[in-house]
Amino acid sequence: MLLAALLALVYSPPAARAAANTPGLGKPISPSDLKAWDITVLPDGTGLPPGSGTAAQGAKLFDDKCALCHGQGAKGGIANMLIGNPSLTAHGIASNKTIANFWGQSTTLFDYIRRAMPWPAPRILSDDDVYALCAYLLAGNKLIPEDEPMNAQTLPKVKMPNRDNFIIKFPDRI
Amino acid sequence: MRKRRSSAAPPLEEIAGNGLLHRRALLSGGIVLAGAMASGAAATQAAAEPLKDPPWSLQPGDVTPVLQTPSRFEKNVVRILSNPKGEPRTQHARAPLQYLDGTITPNPLHFTILHSGIPDIDPAAHRFVIHGMVREPLEYTVEALLRYPLVTRKHFVECGGNSAGMFSNAPLQATVQQLHGLVSCAEWTGIPLSTILDEAGTDPKATWMIAEGADSLLVNRSVPLQKGYEDAMIALYQNGERLMPGNGYPMRLLLPGFEGNMNTKFLRRILITDQPAMTFYETRNYSPLLPDGKAYRFYFIDEVKSFITKPSFGMNLKEPGYYEISGIAYSGTGTITKVLVSADGGKSWGEAAVEGPAAPKAFTRFRMPWRWDGQPAIITSRAWDDSGAVQPLRADFVAKRGETEEPVKSPYGFPNQHYNSLTCWGVDAKGQIKHVYV
Ligand code: HEC
Repeated sequence: MLLAALLALVYSPPAARAAANTPGLGKPISPSDLKAWDITVLPDGTGLPPGSGTAAQGAKLFDDKCALCHGQGAKGGIANMLIGNPSLTAHGIASNKTIANFWGQSTTLFDYIRRAMPWPAPRILSDDDVYALCAYLLAGNKLIPEDEPMNAQTLPKVKMPNRDNFIIKFPDRI
Repeated sequence: MRKRRSSAAPPLEEIAGNGLLHRRALLSGGIVLAGAMASGAAATQAAAEPLKDPPWSLQPGDVTPVLQTPSRFEKNVVRILSNPKGEPRTQHARAPLQYLDGTITPNPLHFTILHSGIPDIDPAAHRFVIHGMVREPLEYTVEALLRYPLVTRKHFVECGGNSAGMFSNAPLQATVQQLHGLVSCAEWTGIPLSTILDEAGTDPKATWMIAEGADSLLVNRSVPLQKGYEDAMIALYQNGERLMPGNGYPMRLLLPGFEGNMNTKFLRRILITDQPAMTFYETRNYSPLLPDGKAYRFYFIDEVKSFITKPSFGMNLKEPGYYEISGIAYSGTGTITKVLVSADGGKSWGEAAVEGPAAPKAFTRFRMPWRWDGQPAIITSRAWDDSGAVQPLRADFVAKRGETEEPVKSPYGFPNQHYNSLTCWGVDAKGQIKHVYV
């Protein structure tokens, strides 16, 4: 025991040595215990769960759970339009930024809907439901064919039209 | 009038047009006071009345409450709410900066923005985890974090959308609170984030951390890992007491100088990665549109800015004479080194007194003695920081960032983000103050 502890002190990597000088009151947590919270989806598709859904399935879910705020056919209501492609310069610098005209990454859609929507009761949707809603919104915006299912393989490949229109403001801070 | 004043006190040195006085006048308070009293007396000509005891001096006062609140005579010093009924959209509470002085925003008045209301978090049940590209994923309780060595620092937090009404092509007639109330400054106490990053042991290939809150939307933002090691903090206390619920109780990420939304409230998770997550809030809301239809991405920093809080729109000058012009300056890139003030719409400038020592990425109070002669004047301020950054003039700012095509009608909308140019208050001959552009 003592020997192991001594060896750990001698051979520990820099980060571990730094940790030895701090209180170290965090408890190790296993991936399975983390699972419910491990919901971030990265633009390369990392974090996308198994499952799949189509625009037709998504349309029904949308009517039921989303149209109340985002409007019939996702054309906008008390919350922003989710289907619609107004010009990004229609109102100059105050133009409405939408999924079709502004969003740079398709994965953001899955990440945001799964974590945050429907607004009054987040995280009631299954992963299949979220894929279906992504398919519905992307097809409605003519970014994928009507019948293309969305899943961990197809979603990250959807190219968003505005993807390359961003200027990194502070590149030296990254 | 002029004669009387000059006989009562030595003439004060004017350093710029329309009556701006040398800041020395603030140090030698006696001289200013003599001048002000002389002109005040000349204006009113009223003799003082004999003194008597007011009612509150004739009976014992109220019982002491456990939690103090301001005097009932300060009833108007409250925040303005954008969504008082809690409809399904964001709630903003703007700080009444024009009624405050010094550099600290009291906790009940600190601005807040909640995208889905204030979660009612039991600190005993709150958990924080750090995982991803780390040697060891770790989970912390709030109780454990409170045992860590703590540091205290004064920093402003500003919403990236603060002052959005200033993008209007015509000046919005609105108060400091309505225009600029989404910024506040507090003394934050917490754990340097580097301590926790070291305990988890970040992978040398890691470059980003994705911070997430425990609110119902689990608001998440990508932060460059280098900021985490630089000066980021897990804040637990705000101005000496535990965080206000609207400011992130029981714990928040504090990223000094970075736009408010990145300072994740109700912090529950940090995922260490080698790429940004491109979250909704960073790639949509906080990516400001440019006039040509392109947009800025990762506009982390709230750049150098200042505005006059007193006098300002809604406070009219009753009579000519002495006034103190005062305001706040701050910068997400450093420490305020200089503030210039003009009373003639930028034709001439005088250096304001900056109350020091100024702290980096914190409110700095500036003051400028002013003798208003009763003629129209336009007062404004401009700030510099120690990184060499200077607050841009409006013409230069608008040339780059644009302005709206139609006048903005509500000060509570967000036509764009990250306005840091000047604010000008126009005083007319009656002492009425309007918001103007020059
Ligand atoms: C009670 C109203 C409400 C309901 C129901 C609702 N949302 Fe939302 N949604 C909002 C609000 C409010 C926002 C803006 C949140 C913010 O900015 O913080 C939003 C934002 C969004 C966005 C980002 C929009 C943008 O501006 O680009 C998407 C995508 C979205 N919701 C999808 C959905 C889906 C899918 C459903 C159904 C499962 C749904 N919402 C149900 C209120 C609602």
